[in-house]
Amino acid sequence: MRVSWKVSPTLNLDIPLLLGLFTLSGISLAVLYSASGESMAILIKQSIRLGIGFFVMLLLAQVRSQQLMRWTPIFYVIGMAMLVAVLLVGTVGKGAQRWLDLGFMRFQPSEIMKVIVPLTIAWYFADKPLPPNYKRLGFALILILIPTLLIAKQPDLGTSLLIAASGIFVLLLAGIPWALVFGALLAGGGAVAAVTLTPLREYVFHPYQWRRIQTLLNPESDPLGSGYHIIQSKIAIGSGGLYGKGWLNGTQSHLEFLPERSTDFIFAVLSEEFGLMGVIALLMVYVFIITRGLYIATQAQGIFGKLVAGSITLTFFVYIFVNIGMVSGLLPVVGLPLPLISYGGTSIVSILSGFGILMGVHAHKRLLSE
Amino acid sequence: MSEQSPLKSQKSHYSSSMLLKNAIAESRLFNDRVLIAWGLVICMIVLILIGRMFHLQVLSYDHFTTLSERNRLKILPIPPTRGLIYDRNGIVLAKNLPSYTLEIIPEKVTDLDALLLELQQQISISESDLKRFHRSRKRTRRFKRIPLRFRLTQREVARLSVRIHEFPGVEINATLSRYYPLGEIGGHALGYVGRINEQELKRLDVSDYSATQYIGKTGIERYYEDELHGTVGFQQVETNVRGRILRVMERQNPVPGKNLYLNMDINLQRFAERLLAGERGALVAIEPATGGVLALVSTPGYDPNLFVNGLDHKTYQQLRLSLDRPLFNRAIRGQYPPGSTIKPIVGLAGLEYGVRQAGTRTWCPGWYKLPKQSHKYRDWKRSGHGHVSFHQSVEQSCDVYFYDLAHDLGINRLSTFLQQFGLGHPTEIDISGELGGLIPTREWKERRYGTAWYPGETLIAGIGQGFVLATPVQLAVSTATLAMRGKARQPRLVFMTEDAEQKQMQPTTTKTLKEIQLKNPEYWDDAIGGMEAVVHGIRGTARRQGKDLSYHMAGKTGTAQVVKIAQDARYDADKLDKKYHDHALFVAFAPIEKPEIAIAVLVENGGSGSRTAAPIARQVIDYYLEEVSRNY
Repeated sequence: MRVSWKVSPTLNLDIPLLLGLFTLSGISLAVLYSASGESMAILIKQSIRLGIGFFVMLLLAQVRSQQLMRWTPIFYVIGMAMLVAVLLVGTVGKGAQRWLDLGFMRFQPSEIMKVIVPLTIAWYFADKPLPPNYKRLGFALILILIPTLLIAKQPDLGTSLLIAASGIFVLLLAGIPWALVFGALLAGGGAVAAVTLTPLREYVFHPYQWRRIQTLLNPESDPLGSGYHIIQSKIAIGSGGLYGKGWLNGTQSHLEFLPERSTDFIFAVLSEEFGLMGVIALLMVYVFIITRGLYIATQAQGIFGKLVAGSITLTFFVYIFVNIGMVSGLLPVVGLPLPLISYGGTSIVSILSGFGILMGVHAHKRLLSE
Repeated sequence: MSEQSPLKSQKSHYSSSMLLKNAIAESRLFNDRVLIAWGLVICMIVLILIGRMFHLQVLSYDHFTTLSERNRLKILPIPPTRGLIYDRNGIVLAKNLPSYTLEIIPEKVTDLDALLLELQQQISISESDLKRFHRSRKRTRRFKRIPLRFRLTQREVARLSVRIHEFPGVEINATLSRYYPLGEIGGHALGYVGRINEQELKRLDVSDYSATQYIGKTGIERYYEDELHGTVGFQQVETNVRGRILRVMERQNPVPGKNLYLNMDINLQRFAERLLAGERGALVAIEPATGGVLALVSTPGYDPNLFVNGLDHKTYQQLRLSLDRPLFNRAIRGQYPPGSTIKPIVGLAGLEYGVRQAGTRTWCPGWYKLPKQSHKYRDWKRSGHGHVSFHQSVEQSCDVYFYDLAHDLGINRLSTFLQQFGLGHPTEIDISGELGGLIPTREWKERRYGTAWYPGETLIAGIGQGFVLATPVQLAVSTATLAMRGKARQPRLVFMTEDAEQKQMQPTTTKTLKEIQLKNPEYWDDAIGGMEAVVHGIRGTARRQGKDLSYHMAGKTGTAQVVKIAQDARYDADKLDKKYHDHALFVAFAPIEKPEIAIAVLVENGGSGSRTAAPIARQVIDYYLEEVSRNY
């Protein structure tokens, strides 16, 4: 094949980022093999999902920023339509209406909104002077709030907060005044306090959500019910110690005391078997990926690419923080996987899609400098 | 998309950024924000997360390790093997037999209903078995064994074992259960074990009995429960969250219970039981020098094996409500008026307190009257015994002599003396449930009835009637005390305990009873001489037993009234219902020169001691001296 200047010889892939993601995938397979009770079947399934994820990433990495920008409003409209459809004809599972049954597969529209919302906000700001004025800021907030509320209604508090965060990160990076940021933080804190400390909570939270918050504050109050997850998870983490019990030797996971050990609570398995050293190593890989992601954002040409890259990276970090915070008992239990480690296809594909877009942004910049 | 011209793409990009001159400022603003996000937010939060992990994994490591181990490791108790019981010759009286249980692990069964039908064709499975099985199946995890049939017969075990591979999930498991190979023989002495009930659970050491199913309910099995039981063992196992055992980490073996060797000679016991068969009665034979119980009989008996695995309601009611009271251990719990059997001791009291001399004679006209009273206290012999000494009074069992003597002694001196011979309080034989009999005093009657003691009651007490009550084992002990001239020992059924693992024998501790010191040791000869005459004398009440004796035997007959005979009326056995007949008693020991056996025999409603009880005692002593004792 003739190498032309049109085609990037590296297929637009960022080598350091790719190495980081491969490292995570390796960690994922190792921990998952242990967490699943040494099941080859699960390992193969996860490998296939990672393969699909990387393939989607490879495809998206080839998409130019301005093409993406052109399609963004269409994505947003389609996404919103699907969210409304979920509320009207969605499939109910685990007490929430989150899925669309497409006949051959079940599809969770909120997942793709995680990418679409930051794209939309970045698209909105791309041709406007920054920092934005209050009128545009208000409009951007509405663009964020509508999908957030639709998803919160399913109810899926974790995802809706994450989507709100991904949109708000674009606002932050777009340079909204600090006074506004701190004001919003104060107002938000006040609202949370008002809701949780007064009878208002009965209107805002579903009973199971309120139970999770209470469980966080005092997991021992219901050791066999809603507190069970967090108690067993803390036991798994704590008993791992500095160096861990060794791979495949975690008693909490292998004897099945730890629930959801392949999915949301997989971090506890890693902590139990590899100890504090393993935890720090994992966090270092994450920090490396985030640092690289943010570096790509700063190097991107054009504000759309910058905002998208920055928001995707920061959202990735929120995943990590919320999941580890939840598993270690710092945050309430919300159903968020540990990115690229937990078993589960949707989140792998959506996260790797994000990195694909990120790499596309980077490749664009490199082409320019050549 | 790569086919698009890069130039065109760039152009369109820049045309969309309308304010090109602001691009550099915007870029700087953006980069500042990214730097703040990275430095302040991301690094700080990562440090917070590491801090949290440090807190959990380093500072609280011990706490969570303990919790993790507690999750994972379970302590399972292992029951100790119950000690065996042997007679003095090493014949097994109580042992442990494997009892086979058919168990099913539902997890391994594909079609449970079909399996149950198939099993029903092989062995008998009752409706209640099935009901219990289904009930416990609902409460039990699918991987645990659920019993379907208990106590499979050898034939059923054989039939199932051949085809067991065809039934996955079906197991035949053996547990040890108590078995008494001789059945009824010695049953009242051995007692039996049964399943632990809730009351017992409250007083038991819960951890020591955590794996034990059976506990001694009566007899030796109960009294020696601590020795027989042993010490529970443990295994530490790793289990998963549902309690399935994955592997054994550590094991501490149980210590088996101690084996017991009895003083009882099972052949003598069997012989004695046969002699009393068909009667309601009791027999206790003691080796006077040691206090060892050679035989302890209470008839009718029962098969203790019935109780081990629980007997059905109907059989239990039959045993419980039977007029013959087979569950009642007469030897230690039956309290009877000892009648004339205590006369040698009463006479001894007369000598000891100086109220009579050995040669002092009393005139017996066949009745006795208290001064200034008209009531006649009858002698059993209407015509009277004439002038009788202590010796003759014992030989012929003269009542008047003892009425007169008891009157002179007074009730309190009489009671004090009788109590030294083990009467009126439990002998502390090593078997549970013993009763203490009764030797009355003035104070006792005051307390019990709130009325004064009447002199007439002293007379009746002097011939072992009225308030006086004694158990057969007490009479055997008092006879042994006479035989040993005051140097008696506590009666003991168990002779040795044996450490089952190290095979070390250890004798059980026996207490020497307080020795009775008489002012003149010759008094013993007077009492024993009288008892010798009972058997060997021409007028002895048991002279028929003295025929062809190859040894010297001392004895005393007794006949205890069950119904009060009206003044001037005669006791006529033929006219009375059998249950109102007198109780027949006989106490004896032999040989007089070197006593080897002391015995007390009681036959409820047996009529006269000399006719019913004495022949039994003679045969038992004959058997012991000729067949048993020679072998030691």
